[in-house]
Amino acid sequence: MSRKPKRIETQALIIGAGVTGAGIARDLTLRGVSCVLAEKRDVNAGASGGNHGLLHSGARYVASDMEAATECREEGALLKRLAPHCVDDAGGLFVAVEGDDERYVADFPAMCARCGIEAAALEPARARELEPALSGRLIAAYKVPDASVDPFMLSLDNIADAGERGMVFLANARAAAFTVKDGRIVSTLLFDDETGEETEVVADQVINASGAWAGIVARLAGLDVDLVYSKGTLLVTQDRIADMVINRLRKATDADILVPGGTVSILGTTSVTVEDPEDCRPTIPEVDHIIEEGAAMVPVLETTRYIRAYAGVRPLFGKLASASSQDEDGGRGIGRGFALLDHARDGVVNFATITGGKLTTYRLMAEKAADLVCEKLGVAAPCLTRETPLPSHAGGKWTEPGLAPRTWLARRDPKDALLCECEMVSKGVVDELLASMPRHKSGPALLSLGLRSRIGKGPCQGGFCSLRVCAHLYDRQALYGDAGIEEIRAFLGGRWRGVSPILWGFPLMQAEFQEALHCGLMGLELHNHKSRKGGA
Amino acid sequence: MERKDVSCDVLVIGAGLAGMAASLFALEKGLVTAQAGLPGETLFASSVLDLMAVTPIEEGRLWEDPFAAIAAEIAQNPAHPYAKVARKDIEAAFGAFTGFLAQAGMPYAGRDGRNVEILTPVGTSKRTYRVPESMWKAVLAMEEKAPCLIVDFEGLKGFSARQIAETQKADWPGLRFVRLDFPGMTGDLYVEKMAFALEGESVRQALAEAVRPHIGDAAYVAFPAVLGHYRPGKVFAEMERLLGVGIFEIPTMPPGVTGLRLKAAFEEGLAGKGLKSLFQKLVLGCRVEEDGSFLFSMGRNAEEFTVRAKAAILASGRFFGKGLKAERELVREAVFGLPVEQPKGRAAWHQKDMFDQAGHPINRAGIVTDARLRPLGADGLPAFPNLYAAGSILAGQDWIRMKCGAGTALATAYAAVNDIAAG
Ligand SMILES: Cc1cc2nc3c(=O)[nH]c(=O)nc-3n(C[C@H](O)[C@H](O)[C@H](O)COP(=O)(O)OP(=O)(O)OC[C@H]3O[C@@H](n4cnc5c(N)ncnc54)[C@H](O)[C@@H]3O)c2cc1C
Repeated sequence: MSRKPKRIETQALIIGAGVTGAGIARDLTLRGVSCVLAEKRDVNAGASGGNHGLLHSGARYVASDMEAATECREEGALLKRLAPHCVDDAGGLFVAVEGDDERYVADFPAMCARCGIEAAALEPARARELEPALSGRLIAAYKVPDASVDPFMLSLDNIADAGERGMVFLANARAAAFTVKDGRIVSTLLFDDETGEETEVVADQVINASGAWAGIVARLAGLDVDLVYSKGTLLVTQDRIADMVINRLRKATDADILVPGGTVSILGTTSVTVEDPEDCRPTIPEVDHIIEEGAAMVPVLETTRYIRAYAGVRPLFGKLASASSQDEDGGRGIGRGFALLDHARDGVVNFATITGGKLTTYRLMAEKAADLVCEKLGVAAPCLTRETPLPSHAGGKWTEPGLAPRTWLARRDPKDALLCECEMVSKGVVDELLASMPRHKSGPALLSLGLRSRIGKGPCQGGFCSLRVCAHLYDRQALYGDAGIEEIRAFLGGRWRGVSPILWGFPLMQAEFQEALHCGLMGLELHNHKSRKGGA
Repeated sequence: MERKDVSCDVLVIGAGLAGMAASLFALEKGLVTAQAGLPGETLFASSVLDLMAVTPIEEGRLWEDPFAAIAAEIAQNPAHPYAKVARKDIEAAFGAFTGFLAQAGMPYAGRDGRNVEILTPVGTSKRTYRVPESMWKAVLAMEEKAPCLIVDFEGLKGFSARQIAETQKADWPGLRFVRLDFPGMTGDLYVEKMAFALEGESVRQALAEAVRPHIGDAAYVAFPAVLGHYRPGKVFAEMERLLGVGIFEIPTMPPGVTGLRLKAAFEEGLAGKGLKSLFQKLVLGCRVEEDGSFLFSMGRNAEEFTVRAKAAILASGRFFGKGLKAERELVREAVFGLPVEQPKGRAAWHQKDMFDQAGHPINRAGIVTDARLRPLGADGLPAFPNLYAAGSILAGQDWIRMKCGAGTALATAYAAVNDIAAG
């Protein structure tokens, strides 16, 4: 495209709208700093949209990383207080089964105490009363203050709150090039991979919060940020199997945590080193391995119905990574702490990278990054996110399982038909979301709606609701021409990544039925040549 | 409870299209026929009858002449079930089947030896062989690209006339659309209720009145498939008379009325021909008697009665029909434990991309038979001399991608029944 790029001036440009970038945006605007948040795809397109959703009490890290454990304890407690609507304060159990390392079990309470983490011993029988799904072969159990957190709501609410203070959020805006002059980034070129549209941002400070992509973005400024990529796969069950978070009481390894996620449970994860941060597809061997491991703790996981798998990529900071490369467990021994790199040291004065860390500690990461930006800008205002509650916002709230059904039932509007019947998302909710979505957001509307709601997340995995929502989008004149075909293909194609590793039993029957509908009746497989731009 | 043990010439296992066709053909041959299985309307879905339209699927090549497509497919893939049925038998099967449905109040239309195209609810076009008469004018309208009005209804989810018109706009600018309130209904609409309501004259008149001002230059008016449930022929003819232009139906998302109509036609029509229907019952076990006939143990959970059958036709479908069961690493045949030809290991079952042009290998898995459609045992010989398989459970086809589901069902059911009758 030869159109002259749009130009935006701002104090700070944040690259990457995961939870870290979202948190930085909110922190900066609370200190009166203007900013632009640029995201190559959409909110939580990276690890923030592909994680376990566990708000760590810290107990998981007491043996490997005391500092991380302590940070988690503090930040977890803060988030429960300041953003209770994003948190399901379910509590957590650590349980050991016959055959687990008894020394680790014996040391656990002292290690927790050392980090200030409450861990109350429970009789195994008592633990099974609390969580009947637990194995009959328990040998020890502790109760800890774990919780689960909705990462989509968290990011969307941070972004919405920052937006109310003037932050500009650009989706489909990939940082593609920096213009560096005399050791300063004088401008950043943002590229829309859907439309080819370009935007130029002139910012005093540039902060690279692109998670696993931090190395790629730093390279645009000629810098090396050495990252190792570790993929983690997770499995979603059809029903909620346990009320509390259940952790295996052993040295952290694969598939040893079951986290409640609203009406479902999430089992994971694996840790597989990959070459490319885009390579985050769950695989069949990972899924089978997760089930076998998880079943030792919670036997019903062997036979329960799964609805999909998904994966995210953790960035492991290189220097730390190589220091412990003798670790045989594919990266898990590597520090899970975060790295804040001031590239002034590398010769680019107004550029910094923040990567690694955890969802649980996102606020702290954002605070540290914002401190650095403010110091460079000469802004003295202190961080306010430690005290200021995070408000709930219309654009973020529909990710919560159960909210759409409750609202629909309360409204009792006969015209407000349910488009997604599994998760009970109605026309009204879709309309509200359409109105709240970034206006300049190009690209697939169905995918954006899916990200901001429960559409496609229930047992039908989008098979029916994608069609109903698509029809509605035409009725609302949000779609024209034959764009709907590519919308449905892209949405279903995306869900397929998660469904294809679990296709046996019922999900396979369902997949066959949907193939009959989407391909047999509608012939969607025959229409790829007609797609708008060659397909994704 | 009193046991009602049954004795018959042939037990048909399965109540999808292949099972229904097998029962029909067997009854027409004068065989004493019983049929077990759950007749699900979703099994009949849109009610159009595909014969063969796409091969090779890797290229997405569409064919106008289904028999030429079959010949091309067999030349490349001799394992396709069509390789076991002669063209004249395929044609005879379609003739007998649609003849029966016409008598049961669901006439079909098409062109001998040619595929036709209809509109789908997402606005794509679908190539098929025989369509219910209520969809026939879709074929004509689409060929002529005639000015046409698509009606949809406030509250009917998943069916947007605007979407269909928009999707077709580039090729068919004469498509217009209008959204109306369905007479006497508000809120969420259900196709079954709408179809039932339209069996009443006053609702038809109210609908016609609401449509009339929008017809303008339209040569055809299209509706979602809700024009009648039990007497679709009458509802259709009356609507056409009231509107004074040709009308046609566009299938809706399942579960649709189209499937319900077929289900009703089968249940009534086959009962009229003397079928011993054991619908809702499953085969729980099976033993071979001294004279070679089968003794099936039947029930929902525990044995309720037995069926003694001289022969059986396995038309239990694939995964959705529950004829095949997929464990984590292995696909099994559910009733007899027959060997299932399948890709080895789950990783080989599906492609990475849902819409991969090659289709998913698991969809070609199934039962291998001899030339007479008798399933083979582990030793490569017919597992039983008097057991046949028909329909989608047969290996070597990807019926969804090739658009050969109904045709394979009818053809193999026909051939199996002929073999039984001859023996
Ligand atoms: C499998 C797994 C499980 C986890 N489980 C937990 C857990 O239970 N609890 C917990 O506390 N933490 C967990 N984590 C860690 C947590 O998910 C991450 O720490 C957190 O999400 C990181 O957020 P982020 O914003 O830094 O990175 P990301 O979420 O990866 O965000 C980076 C963003 O940058 C964007 N981007 C990339 N390149 C560009 C560019 N050129 N221009 C513009 N944008 C770009 C990406 O699209 C992405 O949206 C888990 C991580 C994984 C992978």
